[in-house]
Amino acid sequence: MTTRAPAHPVGVGGQTLKVVRLKHPGRWIASAVALVLAAMLVNTLITNKNFQWDVVAKYFTSKSVLSGLGRTLELTALAMLIGIVLGVVLALMRLSGSPVLKSIAGLYVWVFRGTPLLVQLILLYNISALYPKLSLGIPFGPEFVSGNVNTIITPYVVALAALALNEAAFMSEIIRGGILSVEPGQVEAAQALGMRRNRITRRVVLPQAMRFIIPPTGNQVISMLKATSLVSVIALPELLYSTQVIYTRTYQTIPLLIVATLWYLIVTSVLMVGQGFLERRYSRGSRSSGATIQGPTMLRRLTGLNWRSARTAVADPPPLTPEGRSR
Amino acid sequence: MTSTSPSTTGTAAPVVEAVGVHKSFGSLEVLRGIDMQVAEGEVVCIIGPSGSGKSTFLRCINHLERINAGLLSVHGQLVGHRLVGEKLYELKDKDICTRRAEIGMVFQQFNLFPHMTVLQNIIEAPVGVKGENKKVVTARAMELLGRVGLADKRNAYPRHLSGGQQQRVAIARALAMQPRLMLFDEPTSALDPEMVGEVLAVMKDLAREGMTMVVVTHEMGFAREVADRVVFMDEGRIAEQGTPHELMSNPTHPRTRAFLDSVL
Ligand SMILES: Nc1ncnc2c1ncn2[C@@H]1O[C@H](COP(=O)(O)OP(=O)(O)O)[C@@H](O)[C@H]1O
Ligand SMILES: [Mg+2]
Repeated sequence: MTTRAPAHPVGVGGQTLKVVRLKHPGRWIASAVALVLAAMLVNTLITNKNFQWDVVAKYFTSKSVLSGLGRTLELTALAMLIGIVLGVVLALMRLSGSPVLKSIAGLYVWVFRGTPLLVQLILLYNISALYPKLSLGIPFGPEFVSGNVNTIITPYVVALAALALNEAAFMSEIIRGGILSVEPGQVEAAQALGMRRNRITRRVVLPQAMRFIIPPTGNQVISMLKATSLVSVIALPELLYSTQVIYTRTYQTIPLLIVATLWYLIVTSVLMVGQGFLERRYSRGSRSSGATIQGPTMLRRLTGLNWRSARTAVADPPPLTPEGRSR
Repeated sequence: MTSTSPSTTGTAAPVVEAVGVHKSFGSLEVLRGIDMQVAEGEVVCIIGPSGSGKSTFLRCINHLERINAGLLSVHGQLVGHRLVGEKLYELKDKDICTRRAEIGMVFQQFNLFPHMTVLQNIIEAPVGVKGENKKVVTARAMELLGRVGLADKRNAYPRHLSGGQQQRVAIARALAMQPRLMLFDEPTSALDPEMVGEVLAVMKDLAREGMTMVVVTHEMGFAREVADRVVFMDEGRIAEQGTPHELMSNPTHPRTRAFLDSVL
């Protein structure tokens, strides 16, 4: 695959021969076309007055946008947290010996993965039509406290619940997959040492499963950040909705959407860097070779730019493999 | 069909006592009535063709598998059950673990914990299961590492060790629990030939020190030198057993003869 020229000219019978490198005219033409298009894009960004960069600058750090950003971050963090906790519970249910627990968890995952998040959100938002009154009590028995659903279930609660419940379904699959990737011999060795079930899960299985759980969870956080924009449909002032509130008043639609776009891009970039860091940390002890892993640099990570790879076909680091399986 | 084991010396209760042990996986009957006694300090080697149930029997001894019929006890206590009057009560997870902690087991694939260093692998169970003082256990771990010749590897991760070194760490890890019985399931079968010797040397030392050992192995040299008794298993039964000399130089069962011809 490598097209790198040999360090020294190839010699045959004392005679030195010149190596003519293979030309890639198609690649050059495509690169030229792409460069022209990119230049056109930069040009229009600068010259097209309709982008209104001054408006972008004015609102970029305005109070309502920043509070919207804060709410977006808060929703992302809380929904992920609840989603992960619920996901662990669902994963353990699916891996348990009880057919009842197994099928309930399976049903949950099926429903929440099989329907759009937007539909779940709107359905939950209208739950008061289904259950106008909410009460706390013994199932099928007496009630202790009860209240109107619309006073308890605010848009914020609906948003958080919808995002978290949906996330739990995806996280449970990720966690289950991670647990199943740990070699059965590991559990047996721990059992043979007299370790109890909880301790085996905590000390042996989960730390090893982490290597399989962390990278996709990083993706989930990034998806979650973007998915929070959906809750703008129930008028919850997160990042997107706070910019919408402004542009419905000022009609500066494009610049305000650019404000939101730039903020999303900044936060996802930070998250991607953090994800790379975690991935490297959790691959400790998992490589069959002693070599340290050269993670892609921040810029390469974010943009996919990799100057050397075009010429020398530097392969991406191979996917993580569990110890022993790579042998 | 099953020859009786040589009677155990004195009045001491056998360390392992199996009477008519049966084990099935679904419709597959893997153990079809195993009778065996292992006395204190005895080294018993189990040989036999692949699939004859050797691993399964070993795993039954520390209750990694549940037996379907028969009686199996270690140190006079039933494995996995408690006998009260005429009834057998299944043990709780906690009690099973307490009994397992007294039995060391070494696997063909080493099964070291890859996310822990050598030292962490060894002290994990004594500290976490028996609640021993970490300093005391660390000192013991270092002494054990010295005995298996790996004192300088205490901070290495298993992936940096050769197969033979990993298996020696696995033996040290089992010994750190101060077991009264050691089970070995083909401990050298996954090793490159040049590493077999170093692991067998550690096991010979252990046998010389009087450890009670049940070893599934195809290393006939080891069996001849160390074993007090060799048991030949075939199709879930003990076909024949005796001293290494009896069994190897004069096998009575045709299957034993065929098997020995194939491994010697
Ligand atoms: N967990 C299991 N489920 C189903 N079959 C099994 C299981 N463990 C072992 N067996 C079967 O039991 C038989 C004996 O296996 P084993 O005890 O590993 O034999 P050996 O160690 O003598 O080679 C084999 O046929 C094997 O396929
Ligand atoms: Mg086996």
